[in-house]
Amino acid sequence: MSLDLEALCIRSATDGALFAPLTLHVPAGGVVTVMGPSGVGKSTLLDGIGGHLAHGFRLSGRVMLNGRDVTHLPAEARRIGLMFQDPLLFPHLSLGDNLAFGLPPALRGQAIRRATVEEALGQSGLSGLHDRDPATLSGGQRARAALMRSLLAAPEALLLDEPFSKLDAGLRDEVRRFAFAHVKSRVIPTLMVTHDPEDAAATGGEVVELKGYGPNQT
Amino acid sequence: MGTALHPVTRDGRLLQAVVLGVVGLGLIAPIGLGLLQTGRAAFGILYALGHTELTLDPWRDLAALPGFATSLRLTLGTGLGSTLLSLLLATGFCAAVHARMSPMAGARLLTPFLAIPHAAMAVGLAFVLAPSGWIARALAPLAGWERPPDLATVNDGWGLALLVGLMVKEVPFLLLVILSALSQIPVARHMAAGRALGYGRGIVWVKIIMPQVWPMIRLPVWVVLAYALSVVDMAIILGPSNPPTLALAVTRWFTDPDPAMILPASAGAVLQAVLVVLGVGLLLGLEAAGKRVGLWWLRRGGRGLSAEPGLWAASAAVMALMAAGTLAMASLLVWSLAWRWSFPQIMPESLSLKPWAGAMQGWTRALSNTLILAGATVGLSLVLAIALLEGEDRARRGRAAWAESLIYLPLLIPQIGFLYGLNVVFLRAGISSGMAAVIWAQTLFVFPYVMIALSGPWRSMDPRMVNAAAALGAGPWRRLMAVKLPILLRPILTAAAIGAAVSVAQYLPTLFMGAGRIATLTTEAVTLSSGSDRRVTGVYASLQAALPLAAYLAAFAIPAIAHRNRRALMGTETA
Repeated sequence: MSLDLEALCIRSATDGALFAPLTLHVPAGGVVTVMGPSGVGKSTLLDGIGGHLAHGFRLSGRVMLNGRDVTHLPAEARRIGLMFQDPLLFPHLSLGDNLAFGLPPALRGQAIRRATVEEALGQSGLSGLHDRDPATLSGGQRARAALMRSLLAAPEALLLDEPFSKLDAGLRDEVRRFAFAHVKSRVIPTLMVTHDPEDAAATGGEVVELKGYGPNQT
Repeated sequence: MGTALHPVTRDGRLLQAVVLGVVGLGLIAPIGLGLLQTGRAAFGILYALGHTELTLDPWRDLAALPGFATSLRLTLGTGLGSTLLSLLLATGFCAAVHARMSPMAGARLLTPFLAIPHAAMAVGLAFVLAPSGWIARALAPLAGWERPPDLATVNDGWGLALLVGLMVKEVPFLLLVILSALSQIPVARHMAAGRALGYGRGIVWVKIIMPQVWPMIRLPVWVVLAYALSVVDMAIILGPSNPPTLALAVTRWFTDPDPAMILPASAGAVLQAVLVVLGVGLLLGLEAAGKRVGLWWLRRGGRGLSAEPGLWAASAAVMALMAAGTLAMASLLVWSLAWRWSFPQIMPESLSLKPWAGAMQGWTRALSNTLILAGATVGLSLVLAIALLEGEDRARRGRAAWAESLIYLPLLIPQIGFLYGLNVVFLRAGISSGMAAVIWAQTLFVFPYVMIALSGPWRSMDPRMVNAAAALGAGPWRRLMAVKLPILLRPILTAAAIGAAVSVAQYLPTLFMGAGRIATLTTEAVTLSSGSDRRVTGVYASLQAALPLAAYLAAFAIPAIAHRNRRALMGTETA
């Protein structure tokens, strides 16, 4: 299992190419960190890999996941999980239903789905909070729930977009350890963008510098 | 390099194109055809009557019709006057109280005034202002009146009652629009910066805040002007009757027993549309002049003027209008329940449900027609609006500017300008007057409001929320049904309530497309208002006012119950 970017490049309709074509290999169970100055298009890179590019961006090159070319698949068919700075739990669903949203439909039966969600809640220190309003959770709880929701969808790769930057310094360490432990236990390739060197150091993996072009160059 | 689109993007573009096509052909084209048809009749071409030659005769006939000049003067006076005065008062009121009022409280306070249809408000105001109304009753002991004074306080020849009636509806609308524009500007900081430079509050408002607000409220002000210049139902109830305002005169000529009157009536309808264009042109001219004079004034740096007394006068006038509106709404219900109510008494001496029971058969039929129309038009408009917005999301591109302005077109063109022509087009296409034709015609006006109300909240939803759902494997259909629609429940219901209020208030489209056979609460209330029985009029107008209010209440209550345990979705109401 691996995530491979082949000469991946994203062009904006107004500013041309955002960064030099990127070729990258992320092995299963490995975490590769992409760093770069703000505004270079780190989040846009993840959008391109995950299939979330907004109108006005064009992607060239290929995204290969476990040998299959997902470049032209819609986001929901790529099986690539995505975590943002904000947990983005769905505000109209309970915590438990948020996790259940991600469970693959192949897992059938109410009881077993519920049990899987409860188990995931237990693993993230959220036991007994199934019916809670996500808005009433603490920042750390929400971050752990968001990661768990992504993992329950059984993704074949995971993208992390500065996932710890909005947490307090004390909490950041704890959530970071939690996240990397779980990511590594699933043995899936993980790509993280960040501007925090501590994040990069915590992964113990490869660090890639994203080199930007100036604007208006093609 | 190939720009292969995702299938979803392709589907989205198709959906977007299909919905725009439906809106264009179903909602905009009929207006164009109607205008064309009316325009041809205005220049003498009316095959049904054997007129096939291009001529200016209809215009000569129009100019020669009795009272034409007075009608024109009345229309300009009430239309331009009410719009400019309302704008002035609403601006002054906002300047005086903005810092002291929370936007949410403000929006809630304005809701009843926005919800109530023009006709119901007009009936209520007629009850309050009439020589035997509440104001006269309150003054009676002081003035020593034993019977209603002989004064033309309603339907006065100057159109003053109509002017007041229009302002009671327009000022709250403009307040809402200005308040929501202000929420996008750092008013407090600009105010502090301006005052620190030695400018008074009112002057900072005029020189700094309003120039930023105007571009955001320009279009709503045009809509208000177009409406005020061409209103018919309110003019019937409050305006002078002989001669009436132009729009009402044209309506009467169209429905004249003599079919030849259709020719000058069409010329009048075209003139009505031209008046709106000229009115908007005048506003644009004032804007340009205001900019030049304003900049000259700003550069002089004068700080001496105090606008404070003006602000307080405007606030007092706004409060008086709101008080009159509140009394008007209350008077509808009181009259519908009144039995014995002799002149100087403030309240009825005996109450009874007899007016309600007696007119039961009539109002239940009108109520069910009104409910069917509101349900159908709101349902249709919501489906179209959601399909269009979702198509934009899936196509990953916004609305072209031309599409945007086409959607709002029906709000700027006077109804009387194209309804007659539209009726002809419908009949020729084999669509007979009746429920379906009325639903179609009302949707022309309901859809733009639903679209305006829904577009903002829809677009301000965090797109990453939808991306997160996609990353979890949710396809476009599940993203819409399980994520977007539930999160947007409150704005969707608010848009539905606004749409329902617009549908309930429609008078002319119901009259013209229903060929007078579809009785709604509004058509009945307007017809009854010229009669003598205030009790029955009160019954219809009360129901007419209650329906939109009930819709707004539901739009408030349903999300509050459905999301009672969801803090992030509560209390985030923005007007």
